[in-house]
Amino acid sequence: MAGYAFWRLVQAAIAVFGVMTIVFVIMRLAGDPTLLLVPEGATREHIEALRHELGFDRPIAVQYVAYLADVLRLDFGQSVVQRLPATAILASRLPYTLELALGASAIALLVGIPAGVAMAVWRGGALERLLATFVVTGQSMPTFLSGILLILVFGVLLGWLPTSGSGGLSSLVLPSIALGALSMATFARMARIAVVDELSKDYVRAARARGLSQGAVVVRHVLRNAAVPVVTIAALEFGNLLAGAVIVETVFAWPGIGQLAIQSIQSRDFVVVQVVVLFVSVIYVAMSLLADLAYAWLDPRIRLHG
Amino acid sequence: MTGGATWRSRLSVPWVVAVVSAILLAIVVMAVLAPLVSPADPARQTLIARLRPPGYVANGFVYRFGTDELGRDLLSRVIWGARASLVVALLSVAVSLSVGALLGMVAAWKRGWIEIVVMRLVDIMLSIPAILLAVLTVAVLGPGFGKLIIVLGLTRWPRYTRVAYAQTLQVASLPYIKAAELGGAGSLRILSRHVLPNIAGPLLVVATAEFGLMILFEAGLSFLGLGIQPPQPSWGSIMSSGRQYVERAWWITLFPGAFLFLLVLSVNVLGDWLRDRLDPRSRNR
Repeated sequence: MAGYAFWRLVQAAIAVFGVMTIVFVIMRLAGDPTLLLVPEGATREHIEALRHELGFDRPIAVQYVAYLADVLRLDFGQSVVQRLPATAILASRLPYTLELALGASAIALLVGIPAGVAMAVWRGGALERLLATFVVTGQSMPTFLSGILLILVFGVLLGWLPTSGSGGLSSLVLPSIALGALSMATFARMARIAVVDELSKDYVRAARARGLSQGAVVVRHVLRNAAVPVVTIAALEFGNLLAGAVIVETVFAWPGIGQLAIQSIQSRDFVVVQVVVLFVSVIYVAMSLLADLAYAWLDPRIRLHG
Repeated sequence: MTGGATWRSRLSVPWVVAVVSAILLAIVVMAVLAPLVSPADPARQTLIARLRPPGYVANGFVYRFGTDELGRDLLSRVIWGARASLVVALLSVAVSLSVGALLGMVAAWKRGWIEIVVMRLVDIMLSIPAILLAVLTVAVLGPGFGKLIIVLGLTRWPRYTRVAYAQTLQVASLPYIKAAELGGAGSLRILSRHVLPNIAGPLLVVATAEFGLMILFEAGLSFLGLGIQPPQPSWGSIMSSGRQYVERAWWITLFPGAFLFLLVLSVNVLGDWLRDRLDPRSRNR
């Protein structure tokens, strides 16, 4: 396990380093990055001064090393619009996104897993076909469309729930459903596959032969074993939810880091955009590391052969 | 595993495939013939006819889908939006497929440091959330039709590279490749004439899945204001402006949304059907 964990940790470190490098390269795709960092309408002298101040007049290799050092010290510079450290701005918005991602995870798990188990247990029946159609629909529907539909039905037509902004639990419901829909489909599919796999094993037949009812077998044995693959993808899905927040937060005017990224692009505040992208990517890498380690820990076969 | 078909390929039954093919064909024909079938100029504004519901009639002209916030004919905008959606998806798939397949084949054929660099880069690219990678790149390069295709083309190649790499490794060890090599064929000739045709199937399966995803990406980025710029019609940007009027004018978001949903659903179902046809093993997954 220790060897596997170490190897996986090295891989994650390489991925984080790669992410930092790619962000560095992208920021220079349009040529001079100074132009991305000055407010609109800045004078030539102002641009020159900022270029020198930020070190963009140095050789590219020197810039790269300085950038890596800054990022490792968690120093991302100041927002040119708000005149605050970019990390402070990120931190002020993060709680909203975490709240939303937790809400979405709860909905995805609480609806997705029972749906997947039901599809496996009543395989081939009308219920499975109904749930499958429901899940495929959810998968082909872009987040911003399902978000707007939810607003239309529950906000406008029925008037049950608030449709934008953050304030109390009721405002969390619609964005959580919109954000969680895709993960819900993933959980349903994983749970279905895992349970179908378990149900075909010998111990299930043995337990049935001993006279246990199908329901008792599922609840006492199958669910516990099928949980392994399902629990591990929960970590991966959490990373996806943070990325998906970019669109959902825009639809619902939710003041999290996704909305922050889009607002910062509109105000050309690239220091902030860069922080959001780096932050979410690092969490993403960390979550896939966590998922792999959890899987290895729960399933000794991987631990020994990995 | 008996009856273990995925729930999506359960939809690969003949009549469903026929229906989604018809939907896809209809949308493609609509996009190609947009100048002919569009009832009005999608950019013509009639400010006194703002936010009118579907079926509104003025001066003998029927606004079948109603009008938007600038009094433009929504049906015409949806028809032209289909064009934007399909063209962006098609071209970005073409770019990413070419780049990705080439890199994957060369990495598997040449091995050595090229293989290490390319495949590590694939891992890293896949560890950044795709939507964020696209958002950051568009933000730096600026929005617009051409840049959107470049961004999607240059951020979406790694999945093709992975498949091309794995498939080329398999094919490269087959006797007929060795024979071609002994016969004096160069790398370029072997890869293009002997390897590519044999790995085209799996690449096509990835391309179909990516095509659906690219339609969603175009719509999503345009929704965020980072894709196709108004007044040029795109389903995503129409829905973005419709979001502000959702309480008074549901039709602005609902019609482009319905078309987007139908298009992506059709592409996904056809993609699954294609995968089942090309790769019988996947049926049991």
